[in-house]
Amino acid sequence: MSTVVDTHHEHDDHHDHKPTGIKRWLFTTNHKDIGSLYLLFSFLMFFAGGTMALVIRAELFQPGMQIVDPHFFNQMTTMHGLIMVFGAVMPAFTGLANWMIPMMIGAPDMALPRMNNWSFWILPFAFIIMLSSMLMPGGGPAFGWTFYAPLSTTYSTDSTALFVFAIHIMGISSIMGAINVIVTIMNMRAPGMTYMRMPLFVWTWFITAFLLIAVMPVLAGVVTMVLTDKYFATSFFDAAGGGDPVLFQHLFWFFGHPEVYIMILPSFGIVSAIIPAFARKPLFGYASMVYATAAIAGLSFLVWAHHMFTTGMPVFASLFFMYMTMLIAVPTGVKIFNWVSTMWRGSMTFEPPMLFALAFVILFTIGGFSGIMLAITPVDFQYHDTYFVVAHFHYVLVSGAVFSIMAAAYYWLPKWSGFMPDEGLAKLHFWCSVISVNILFFPMHFVGLAGMPRRIPDYALQFADINAIVSVGAFLFGFSQLIFLAVVVKCMAKKGQAAVAKPWEGAEGLEWDVPSPAPYHTFDTPPKIEAPIR
Amino acid sequence: MKARLYRVLTAALVLFVMPAAFAESLQINLPRGATEVSNSVYSLHMYVFLVCVVIGVIVFAAMFWSIIRHRKSRGAVPAKFHDNVRVEIAWTVIPFLILIAMAWPATSLLLDMDNTDDSDLTVLITGSQWRWDYEYFDYDVQYRSSMATMRDQVYANLPKGENYLLEVDRPLVIPTNRKVRLLITSDDVIHSWWVPEFAIKKDANPGYINEAWTRVDEPGIYRGQCAELCGRDHAFMPIVVIALEPDDFEEWATNEETRLAEEREEEERLLSMQMTMDELMTLGESVYNAQCAACHQPNGQGVPGVFPALAGEGVSVDSDGLNDHIDIVANGVQGTAMQAYRDQLSMRELAAVITYERNAWQNDTGDEVQAADIHNYIQGDN
Amino acid sequence: MSEQHSKPDNSKMITRLLASVVLMFAFGFALVPLYEKFCEVTGFNGRTNNSAAAGSDGNLVDTTRLVTIEFHTRVNRGLPWEFSSEVRRLQVHPGETTTVNFTATNRTGRDMTGQALPSVAPGEAAPYLLKTECFCFQNQPLAAGDTAVMPMQFYVDPDIPNHIRTFTLSYMMYDMTEAAAQGRVVVDTSE
Repeated sequence: MSTVVDTHHEHDDHHDHKPTGIKRWLFTTNHKDIGSLYLLFSFLMFFAGGTMALVIRAELFQPGMQIVDPHFFNQMTTMHGLIMVFGAVMPAFTGLANWMIPMMIGAPDMALPRMNNWSFWILPFAFIIMLSSMLMPGGGPAFGWTFYAPLSTTYSTDSTALFVFAIHIMGISSIMGAINVIVTIMNMRAPGMTYMRMPLFVWTWFITAFLLIAVMPVLAGVVTMVLTDKYFATSFFDAAGGGDPVLFQHLFWFFGHPEVYIMILPSFGIVSAIIPAFARKPLFGYASMVYATAAIAGLSFLVWAHHMFTTGMPVFASLFFMYMTMLIAVPTGVKIFNWVSTMWRGSMTFEPPMLFALAFVILFTIGGFSGIMLAITPVDFQYHDTYFVVAHFHYVLVSGAVFSIMAAAYYWLPKWSGFMPDEGLAKLHFWCSVISVNILFFPMHFVGLAGMPRRIPDYALQFADINAIVSVGAFLFGFSQLIFLAVVVKCMAKKGQAAVAKPWEGAEGLEWDVPSPAPYHTFDTPPKIEAPIR
Repeated sequence: MKARLYRVLTAALVLFVMPAAFAESLQINLPRGATEVSNSVYSLHMYVFLVCVVIGVIVFAAMFWSIIRHRKSRGAVPAKFHDNVRVEIAWTVIPFLILIAMAWPATSLLLDMDNTDDSDLTVLITGSQWRWDYEYFDYDVQYRSSMATMRDQVYANLPKGENYLLEVDRPLVIPTNRKVRLLITSDDVIHSWWVPEFAIKKDANPGYINEAWTRVDEPGIYRGQCAELCGRDHAFMPIVVIALEPDDFEEWATNEETRLAEEREEEERLLSMQMTMDELMTLGESVYNAQCAACHQPNGQGVPGVFPALAGEGVSVDSDGLNDHIDIVANGVQGTAMQAYRDQLSMRELAAVITYERNAWQNDTGDEVQAADIHNYIQGDN
Repeated sequence: MSEQHSKPDNSKMITRLLASVVLMFAFGFALVPLYEKFCEVTGFNGRTNNSAAAGSDGNLVDTTRLVTIEFHTRVNRGLPWEFSSEVRRLQVHPGETTTVNFTATNRTGRDMTGQALPSVAPGEAAPYLLKTECFCFQNQPLAAGDTAVMPMQFYVDPDIPNHIRTFTLSYMMYDMTEAAAQGRVVVDTSE
């Protein structure tokens, strides 16, 4: 199995010196510090966005408007989406990349440490700007996270300018993060760490980074057009001036669909690390995993208009996008079959990271099935913009991406903090989460099929019972995450069982060769890899 | 409360234990709908769903088999294999074939849905924040359809009726067994016209026109909603379609033509009639609450930054602003949610609501606007 | 530290990656004219060509079939005009040149400028509607109380696919008074 030799990681004390106090965090160029900052920021945003989700679900607990005004409700759905996508999921993955990629490829740090610092520290400002826009007269953005024109241009309030500015900053942050990942992976691999020996987490992030470089600038272009349409009399999306509002959707989803994979590909990498570790068996089909990831990334540029089947596209375009979208099921299926085959005839144990990874496989697959259903254009007319879609993307993003991030946190917390996550609490967290997440999202399928549109603050009476159940599930899921917070705080407070260098029996990879917690500087002398780490 | 709790618990049980058995009564699936197309859509949906279920059962069975059998606590010893080209080719090719089996019927259904030729009737549907306008191509009939649910049912705890949020003042009427072509567009933001039982959901794009068609088999009342986020009252933009037998429809349409023509005549006749201030204020208040209060609020305070206030500021207290006031109400304001009411309200109603806005909430301009004033303004005689 | 990790390569790679970022940003904007061109050729969004077409070759009239055209007019909010077409529905042979008059009346006491934008459903028919004379995409000033008759001369391209038997041409009239006053060219009619 692991044949890593010559890992001269001396961690003499003089390597571990670091500035103290606030300056350490403000000026840090250390990939581990920056990784921690990203992860903590994303955790904070997860709770902020989650609180907004609870406002939404509280209002939807029963028919009628009880708690908030419809306009404020729209701000909540918009902000919840933006925060979860750009504030919680993406920074969490960047944080994991910062922590793990250098350690996984035997590099001492990220290739561009100073840029790394900057790419994190502009992020809080972006979110302060975006959140503070809610204090403006007329409130914050209320046009959904997809900000379709002309609702976001001619018909929006002046907070749109702040929204555009915030998106620009987030975009710059993501692009810098992506450049850093690419340069690190291409230039900083330890001798013998060939591309096809890289752990899948590195591979998936490598491909994700290219996706980011390709589409974040397009998003920047779209928000710029929104800004000029609103304030500088251009007519990109204004029919009165000869523009086309549907063009906005084409541009947005040209960014938006690859963005969806930006939020799931690193999850594939995480799960591909955890399942072999706890099945004590090498990952099945490593090469096909890599190719499948690349195929998914490539196809993601050819499917954007499946978000737009109802916009009145000509039938030839609808057919093209339907076929392309269905095709994505093939590489995605390959991944799922590979994970199942990895478990097959393994020797499994069920520590918290494995529990979350298994839940990921099952629930993500359910999200994938509803994805196939949504790809079929004639029936998509019925599903589009209903709670069925809401159920679909929450299955892939919450019980998919977010569960994989939690799995990653449990898996690597010993390495980060030097302490084992409290297993009792972690298992409690798992069972509470996995049950409540299904109470929360599964009934949404039904209410969507029965005809409830998404993004509405009030609904007809026949949807009442199921919405009540969904809201109960939402609060259960929301409060379950406090257990996760407790586990993380306990590790950070250095309480509990101290972790050894390799706390998981079947874990593979360079990160387990350094002590726990990982010293401030690792792999100052690169390790030499002589055989695949599988 | 207890009854509700019981219902919720039952629903929960049903949802998680035996979905299929109760699917019909609880409405947790797509409706079969009222047209041939909607029935085909339903069948395709069930077909794709069942294929997914079968694949899911196989994959999850394999997974749970290994979770149960191949666990360390049972003394499982890990195998060493990590590749098998033949298996990998199989699970690339087989899903591909399954997908083709799904794409085939989907393609033919889509081509059928796309064919709007040889229609018997054309209706133009225009969405605007937050109402639908219907215009018949073949009859001189045109009207606006707004939600009929009372504000107090939404915002206060007035008991909610059976069709809460799904009822309108003037439904769209179409004949059965006729191919009805629907042209869909919008006056402001993007809306989406959706009636689940026709399996039609088509976006209303401002400045562009979309089309769809339906042929309803059975007379009846069919309900839907706007499906694209269109601003504050997106949830309050329902659609109701009444399908009548062709003869009944013909009768309705001709009656409607006559009625609308008579209304216009009546309007002309009433132009010379003066209303008293009390009459204007009473009528004005009811029009205001029905048409204006959703945005400008019942107390005229508006929503800061979104909908302007009418109480104590702006055009409604400007003593020289009467013509501007009439212009805004009658013609709307381009690029805002303020729509044109001149075709939607009668001259009397316009006069009354403007009088109300200029005198309610201590605005007290004392202006009395009569139908004739509105008429003169609209005819350009001011 | 490990400066030996091929540091010199980094700057080259960063330059390339930054160049791709700039390129993709530009690509986002390039998609706008690309989309317009694509729509013009395929009728993707139902917008008709805004340039005047050459006249129909009278010999190419396809008398074997008829195409039904429905005309629809609408005034956008904020523009107190009346705007209508003389016919609502018309049957023409492909290739046959026809003129339809549209009438616009300014019902206000002030001079205004409007502009009508066409949309065709199904969009597939749009490239086959060839207008030899049209008022669309042009600023239409109307003095207070004035009426203008605006002719649209067109023919249907005989190449129109057989399965398109009916299509609708819709005109939405927008208020351009302010934009015209500011001298903004709102729609590029040069082609």
